[in-house]
Amino acid sequence: MSETEIEWPWQYNFPPFFTLQPHAETRAKQVQAWKSLILDYCKKCKLYLIDVREASNIPLFNNSGINRKLEQTVIVSILSELQKTGHAAPIDKPKNRWEIYWHTLEEWSSMIYDYVSNRGLQGSVLTLYELSQGDDVKDEEFYEMQQEVLIKVLQTLEKDRKCELILSDDDQGVKFF
Amino acid sequence: MNRFSYVTPILMDNESTLTCENNVRLYDGEVKTQFEGGELIITTHRILWGRPGAIAKGQTCLGLSNHLIVYIEEESPGAFFRRSRKILLHLAEHNDPNADKPSPYSQYNFIKLSFREGYSTDVVGTLNKCLQMRYWESNVRAPIQENPPINQQPQIKLRTGIVGIERGLQEKQKATDESLTVAFQDLSKLMSMAKDMVRLSQNISTKIKDRQGDITEDETVRFKSYLLSLGIDDPVTRDSYKSNNQYYRSLAKEICDFLLVHIEEVGGMIVLTDAFCRINRARGLELISPEDVLNACKLMEQLQMPLKVFQFNSGVMVLQLSSLDSESIAEATAVLVEDNGSLTSEELSQKLGISVTLATERLLTAEKYGKSCRDDSIEGLRFFPNFLLTREIL
Repeated sequence: MSETEIEWPWQYNFPPFFTLQPHAETRAKQVQAWKSLILDYCKKCKLYLIDVREASNIPLFNNSGINRKLEQTVIVSILSELQKTGHAAPIDKPKNRWEIYWHTLEEWSSMIYDYVSNRGLQGSVLTLYELSQGDDVKDEEFYEMQQEVLIKVLQTLEKDRKCELILSDDDQGVKFF
Repeated sequence: MNRFSYVTPILMDNESTLTCENNVRLYDGEVKTQFEGGELIITTHRILWGRPGAIAKGQTCLGLSNHLIVYIEEESPGAFFRRSRKILLHLAEHNDPNADKPSPYSQYNFIKLSFREGYSTDVVGTLNKCLQMRYWESNVRAPIQENPPINQQPQIKLRTGIVGIERGLQEKQKATDESLTVAFQDLSKLMSMAKDMVRLSQNISTKIKDRQGDITEDETVRFKSYLLSLGIDDPVTRDSYKSNNQYYRSLAKEICDFLLVHIEEVGGMIVLTDAFCRINRARGLELISPEDVLNACKLMEQLQMPLKVFQFNSGVMVLQLSSLDSESIAEATAVLVEDNGSLTSEELSQKLGISVTLATERLLTAEKYGKSCRDDSIEGLRFFPNFLLTREIL
């Protein structure tokens, strides 16, 4: 995705947006705005993973137009807020690498299950590659989903006994019920 | 060995210890002596040898004046791997029959120092340096030779030892004392001048009163306003009041009367330090302490005067109109920020003609009420209208 397609909200060009506000009410609004901006951005760019240490490389956190960057500590605190609603999760202890779910894992899983049931694919086995990269899913939202995230989504489905993951080394597949 | 004599190991004036070694044996020429396993101390003036612990206790020990040493030689260590090191000291002829000596006669012109455990410091180097500098020769030829004293009389200035340090301290103290005296002389001069100034202004004001008719009304008013900013006619002083409380009350009233007009002019608020300066400048002679000003100002609110003290969260204290409250300040500041798009403390201070501290406080107040928001970048702290709160999110 090229950067030009992204429509930035007005806040993105408002310098105070990049400073964490001390006034409680203002900060709440600010964090809220950041949360939706991050999810929107990730959705448009199909970005599943954010490394906080390299955040300044992402235009989302670095507006070179007004020369403002969001600090790493602030990014982490906003991502932690997103974690509370299931829209993000750190995948390492120091909280440097974050998976972003612009749909929560539950939303993703129902989306995938809907797709499977619409196509009558229950009972058959699909490879993870088919599910995320195959030609059939080109128009689905989960097309090109990152493998690690996909596995997590399917694992939530597995808990509801709607599928079973087959995770051998060579062929990683899933059987839907 | 006959150059050694019994001495007390108490250091003389200007003498200082250079190095000290343990487990040293003395040789008279090539012959071992009974003096073994002792402590050896090399000072600027002497070499001292004593039984372990004797020197520290100040007991009698052996002493050899450094000026008798002609030449130092280090004996090369033997073929075996031994730590023992020997130093040869060639000595000058010396006869002092009165001295109390361990051996009155010796056939050798040199002695040896045998360090059974080697030495921990560069003994040879230290000794050689000591001989070069010839510390013992005179007090004056100390290492400070390079800057000769300006006075004809050579000043004895020593940097070594505790005495030297103490002397240095004393000199510094003296210099401080002198400069303090000079400084206070100036201050008393200023006080007496101020007295004259106040008297002068009083004279002028009475003269004006006397011949009111001669000058125009306008001029009188102008002149009076000059005088007013120059001084307070009859300053409230502590002496004239019995209790502190009464004193502070009167002082509060005086400050109020004096500063009210000015504070109204500059937007209803001045920093307490500014107030302090203005008050004292006006009083001229009877200066008051910051503490008195603070105490007096704190009473103002209680006494329902038109001014009051206000402390910002940052600790900055201001004197402001009682009618002024934080919310209206925040409101007014927010309007200014909005008009200008964004403001820094410096810009606001220029716009309003107030101090930067005050401007910062105003902006922070506005922020506290959610009327503005900050942009903290390398370019500094800048405040914007709080669109984050007022505009829709997306």
